[in-house]
Amino acid sequence: MRHTISVFVTNEFGVLSRISGLFSGRGFNIESLTVAETMDPEISRMTIITRGNDKILEQITKQLNKLISVIKVHDFTNEKHIERELAMIKVSHKTENRAEILSIVEIFRGRILDISPKSYTIEITGACEKIEAITEILRPFGIKEIARTGSLVIGRSPK
Amino acid sequence: MTKNKTMTGAEIFIQCLIAEEVKTIFGFPGGVLLPVYDVLYDGPIEHILVRHEQGAVHMADGYARVSGKPGVVLVTSGPGATNTVTGIATAYMDSIPMVVFTGQVPTALIGNDAFQEADIVGITRPCTKHNYLVKDIKDLTKIIKEAFYIATTGRPGPVLVDIPKDIFTGTTVFNYPDKVSIPSYQPTYKGHPGQVKKALDFILKSKRPVVYAGGGVLLSDASKELTKFSEKLGLPTTTTLMGLGGFPGTHPLHMGMLGMHGTYAANMAVTDTDCLIAIGSRFDDRVTGKIAEFAPYAGVVHIDIDPTSISKNVKVDIPIVGDVKKVLKEMITALPKAAELKKFRKGISEWSGEIQKWSTEHSLTYDRSGKGNIKPQYVIEKLYELTKGDAIITTEVGQNQMWAAQFYKFDKPRTFLTSGGLGTMGYGLPAAIGAQIAFPRKTVIDIAGDGSIQMNIQEIATAVQYRLPVIVAILNNMVLGMVRQWQELFYDKRYSHTCMSVAPDFVKLAESYGAAGFKVTEQEDVEKVIKSALKIKDRPIIIDFRVEPFEGVYPMVPAGQPINKMLLV
Repeated sequence: MRHTISVFVTNEFGVLSRISGLFSGRGFNIESLTVAETMDPEISRMTIITRGNDKILEQITKQLNKLISVIKVHDFTNEKHIERELAMIKVSHKTENRAEILSIVEIFRGRILDISPKSYTIEITGACEKIEAITEILRPFGIKEIARTGSLVIGRSPK
Repeated sequence: MTKNKTMTGAEIFIQCLIAEEVKTIFGFPGGVLLPVYDVLYDGPIEHILVRHEQGAVHMADGYARVSGKPGVVLVTSGPGATNTVTGIATAYMDSIPMVVFTGQVPTALIGNDAFQEADIVGITRPCTKHNYLVKDIKDLTKIIKEAFYIATTGRPGPVLVDIPKDIFTGTTVFNYPDKVSIPSYQPTYKGHPGQVKKALDFILKSKRPVVYAGGGVLLSDASKELTKFSEKLGLPTTTTLMGLGGFPGTHPLHMGMLGMHGTYAANMAVTDTDCLIAIGSRFDDRVTGKIAEFAPYAGVVHIDIDPTSISKNVKVDIPIVGDVKKVLKEMITALPKAAELKKFRKGISEWSGEIQKWSTEHSLTYDRSGKGNIKPQYVIEKLYELTKGDAIITTEVGQNQMWAAQFYKFDKPRTFLTSGGLGTMGYGLPAAIGAQIAFPRKTVIDIAGDGSIQMNIQEIATAVQYRLPVIVAILNNMVLGMVRQWQELFYDKRYSHTCMSVAPDFVKLAESYGAAGFKVTEQEDVEKVIKSALKIKDRPIIIDFRVEPFEGVYPMVPAGQPINKMLLV
């Protein structure tokens, strides 16, 4: 099962390799990992997408917590949360399909960031599935390059 | 203490060690450490000069295991640092408190492939509890304080601190922090009262309970509490290799060690139990054998300070996260009245009888006829007898280790030192040296094999230099015995590269180092030579026991089999 975990860590040198080393050393899987400072510059937030059964997830959470640099681990999987990823997609265009590409971008609420005689660079934000959906739809036009951030996650505030 | 005084980093480093009450460090100098060694020259810290940095780490490890205090290592950058890795990994697997200080090239050169530069923080990240690179002299005291705190609290372990040369030569005002505050590191010591109660209720309802105690009992200094707990409830108790000495080896409730080379009684009891009480143990694969058939009828209670140990290999029904000593005290306090305990003990008497029967029918044994070559088990029994069970025993890894575990009865904690988790050949001699330095008057014996001893034999020179009467009892069978045993049983006796026909003359080797050397070829001479060795008090002793080359370690559970499927003698 896919899990989205936020890991709050002390913002110090080497911390990223402590986390990634734990995953590789213990054979855990990382689908994506993003990291940036929080409001407190001494703390960074990592968002990790991983897969595994309950037993593996229990170990991942516990092993992360065991690291001295880890302040908090939060698995968002079983609670309401918002997940977003940003992708920039460079897709080829020709005279006859420009309008079609633009309408696809509009449907997905994307933006055109850059236009060249042969390609559009599209910015798209959304959950992982949305990014994958537009990628599939754009693929027949000829995708030249994709850059993705990996997922970010935040819990929904109580109503 | 000299506070608020401006000092060099090297002086501050030594002051920090003094503040941490470090008496002895194990080290080897080098280029980037010159400023520190210059300060060391004036005392008061005792420095043991080793012959190889791996030896330094195992010595600090042995020192820590017998004394309970953190072992401290000081080595130089590059190869000095990389040579410590096996020792650090050994300590990490067995949760030994240790602080390793490595010199590093000056800050400005880091990353430049400088002379004797190695990214030791990167290299040791997966085998330390935590590690640091000191980048600013102002952080030096805080980092050292944290390093000792992390190494010795919670589940102990090695911590490495990498210190560049310019930090040692820089100056700042010395102030050692009184307290440590690491918000992200808050080990749980006290057991949850609800879980303690739940566990006790479950234990008291059981009919076939077993205690399975591990190294955590020793690390937490809880052997008294464990003994009391087992006695009050009359619980049959087995220990892991790491747990030997945590429960008296000669106690009537002790079933011996369990696992791959465990006793028949312990392995059968764990297989049939309805209530497995795991205390400071971690369900290692050498203990469980085939995991799906391990303790198949048991509800599992697990006391451990490390939450990651719980339900890692075996599903735990009642976990109690906490310090073993504290939790056992809580459990003893919560025990019911004497009458009810008596009733419980009576209720499990049939079970205890069954275990007793297993113990008698299949006790640890070997050919005691006295015919033929010296039996290695006989040597260990003689060592036990002649030291009255009061020696500190270290081992190398392999058959020597298993025979030592089986045939020396450890009644006291912190008297059996062995590389349990990592299985490091070459551990025993330096560990024995570390133990001897911690307890100069104790008899310390390294039970070795002819293969393992050659992995750190150079430390004999260290023992000679400091006049340490460590006894190295080599069970010399001219082969890498444990691997050979597997080849005999599972690889059609194809003895691929396990024959060590070329070895030094250990007596001459000992003498060339300035140690005493003995060679024993007849079983009838074993006792006499051990007695002579025990009289020597001013230098190390190597005894070359020429033992039966084809002797095997039994019982044995073949890898991947359930532990009740043992090959017996």
